[in-house]
Amino acid sequence: MAWWFLQRSRIFFSTHQHSKPFLLLPFLNHTSSSFSRPRTLPHKNSPTLFCFSRHESTKADAQFELENDFTEDDTNQEIDFPGGKVGFTSEMRFISKSATKRVPCYRVLDDNGELVKYSNYVQVSKEMGVKMYSDMVILQTMDNMFHEVQRQGRISFYLTQMGEEAVNIASAAALAPDDIVLPQYREPGVLLWRGFTLQQFVHQCFGNTHDLGKGRQMPIHYGSNQHNYFTISSPIATQLPQAVGAAYSLKMDGKSACAVTYCGDGGTSEGDFHAGMNFAAVMDAPVIFICRNNGWAISTPVEEQFRSDGIVVKGKAYGIWGIRVDGNDVLAVYSAVHTAREIAIREKRPVLIEALTYRVGHHSTSDDSTKYRAIDEIEYWKTRRNPVNRFKRWVEKNGWWSDKEELELRSSIRKQLIHAIEVAEKAQKPPLEDMFSDVYDQLPSNLEEQERLLRKSIKKHPKDYPSDVPL
Amino acid sequence: MSTKFGRLVSFVGKRRFSTSSSVQKGGSEQGVKSLNLCSAINQALHIALDSDPRSYVFGEDVSFGGVFRCTTGLADQFGKKRVFNTPLCEQGIVGFGIGLAAMGNRAIAEIQFADYIFPAFDQIVNEAAKFRYRSGNQFNCGGLTIRTPYGAVGHGGHYHSQSPEAFFCHVPGIKVVIPRSPRQAKGLLLSCIRDPNPIVFFEPKWLYRLAVEEVPEDDYMLPLSEAEVIRQGSDITLVGWGAQLSIMEQACLDAEKEGISCELIDLKTLIPWDKETVEASVNKTGRLLVSHEAPITGGFGAEVSASIVERCFSRLEAPVARICGLDTPFPLVFEPFYVPTKNKILDAIKSTVKY
Repeated sequence: MAWWFLQRSRIFFSTHQHSKPFLLLPFLNHTSSSFSRPRTLPHKNSPTLFCFSRHESTKADAQFELENDFTEDDTNQEIDFPGGKVGFTSEMRFISKSATKRVPCYRVLDDNGELVKYSNYVQVSKEMGVKMYSDMVILQTMDNMFHEVQRQGRISFYLTQMGEEAVNIASAAALAPDDIVLPQYREPGVLLWRGFTLQQFVHQCFGNTHDLGKGRQMPIHYGSNQHNYFTISSPIATQLPQAVGAAYSLKMDGKSACAVTYCGDGGTSEGDFHAGMNFAAVMDAPVIFICRNNGWAISTPVEEQFRSDGIVVKGKAYGIWGIRVDGNDVLAVYSAVHTAREIAIREKRPVLIEALTYRVGHHSTSDDSTKYRAIDEIEYWKTRRNPVNRFKRWVEKNGWWSDKEELELRSSIRKQLIHAIEVAEKAQKPPLEDMFSDVYDQLPSNLEEQERLLRKSIKKHPKDYPSDVPL
Repeated sequence: MSTKFGRLVSFVGKRRFSTSSSVQKGGSEQGVKSLNLCSAINQALHIALDSDPRSYVFGEDVSFGGVFRCTTGLADQFGKKRVFNTPLCEQGIVGFGIGLAAMGNRAIAEIQFADYIFPAFDQIVNEAAKFRYRSGNQFNCGGLTIRTPYGAVGHGGHYHSQSPEAFFCHVPGIKVVIPRSPRQAKGLLLSCIRDPNPIVFFEPKWLYRLAVEEVPEDDYMLPLSEAEVIRQGSDITLVGWGAQLSIMEQACLDAEKEGISCELIDLKTLIPWDKETVEASVNKTGRLLVSHEAPITGGFGAEVSASIVERCFSRLEAPVARICGLDTPFPLVFEPFYVPTKNKILDAIKSTVKY
């Protein structure tokens, strides 16, 4: 369905057939012609240590896919190596660490919310456009209020999505409800999109008896079986290989659905990122990896995280299709995820999406990001590259949205949240028995004994224990 | 007639890992076949795959039958979509297994050697073990079973010999199970695969080919978290699990010649473990010895010892004895010095009884 607009995209401009596992890249499949081309000169990034005079650097604007454009001596000679045939070359040339030109970033809307000339994107209906915008506003409002509530000491912890609203909402909008989401922790917009109520968010953050997680995890560790949104855990990137297992199950069940998992730029340094990507490729698993490259892993900037051209190029080495998108462009994120989903499900293969965005807020309420990054930088992203404002201009230009609606929405959501917070605050804490249940499917004898002893201690020293937990 | 451990096909005192193929002797009873532990595991996996179309077996090299041949024939029978190789990456294997299990499948993962399970430690400890609890029982990965061969074989050195069970016994949310014989292995493995909790199942690789026992051919399960008194006695209680039990049995036989009556208990499930059976036995004998191959310090023997001292302090007539591996990395040429041998155990039995 969405193939038509891919035809301009260099990254996806390709055959629909599976690439040979050993050749890794789709475009290498049809580069047999390039193999027989006259000798090409090595480009600028070749190691100068072995610079022979006859091989002078020429083009600075070498294209990304020229990276592997070695000249072969004799196309008839090759090693029949496990995994596929490999040709020979007499050139001793090292593959450079990265291309001279960075992989470009796919966008649809410019900074002013205008459609970029010749842009290819998946059409969005008025209903969809308005819902996406509204949910971004709701997410923003929720973040602002929860942040305040944490500052007042009413909840213990919070972290905002500020600056990453587009990745949150547009990626969710492009998925189907039965796609399985294995989130990190900065994607509650996906859950919001799927219908998790404001009250449910608030209950979780207050860890009360209505929290589906029974008050066992810190605020923001949401999860909802009903919404196919796996419960969040704090360890970074552990959900990636799990998403491959979930995707494999969907494939084996013949479901027309995929698994979708999120991580940040920091997460790509974890072993689990490697495990997830490699397993996904080898298992032909219908899984979409969405990496929110927001520039900062707490205080560590991307330059101290990796030396690759971001994340999208990592997919290439694993034999996974990938695309870099402007993560602050709702239409670009929506289109890329929508198409990735088609590819994943139809072709039973993983797709990597790197969304370039920015964490405008602090890492969490325990962090002050002005200690390690320039305020100007934050301001730039908060104002000039604000994803919500950019999309707003577009929906307004379409005549789909007005200032009046904006005011009404913001004030209505604020009211709803204030009410939800009051309700959550008044609600009871989960009962003590919830401390012991669900460790296993049934209570084992050691936990029975420990619960009994604990209750004895509570009776004896009631003041040692919180009085608001029902016994 | 098989013993409590199965018949050992070569001399027990010497830990030589036989490389001979599985011993297949015609069953003497109806529906019972003489099998070694490896074949018993294979049979359990076969039944698991056959009885539930949502079950999967995967890990490094499992497709051709595995380096120990435990998965022989499974891919041929059930197809490469249900029995398959994975990349060489333990955290990937377990992470993948968690995701597969969370979707309602029985994910039977193999970690080639227990010595190599550590890259998967985070996935086991922070993910599998907490999956149900952290979600308020909305999600679980109870269908996950991690099989892994453990223990000394006579020539394994540092990285093909370890017994890392104690690390996992510190983790609420998973179960740890170790069989002692072919019949036990089949019944316990089937229970683990079908138990609604994630389980680490340690297989005594020393016994893969060495232990042979009459194993029922049908689909049967043995209960988890139930210890078994495998030898009745009145003077001292010995507690162990897995391959070490056969060494302990030898010590019991020798002690008997000297007039000491030993009760031997197979714990089988290390967490959540059956304290009551051990407690009842120690209340009867008044003495306890625990033995395992893993290093003594922080080993699970310490937990058994402390728990029983708490429960049976007034009944104990001697300090609890622990005969275990030493606190060194598992040493290749020094293995005969390192391991808890029959005579180390026998000496401890005598000194405990004479205390």
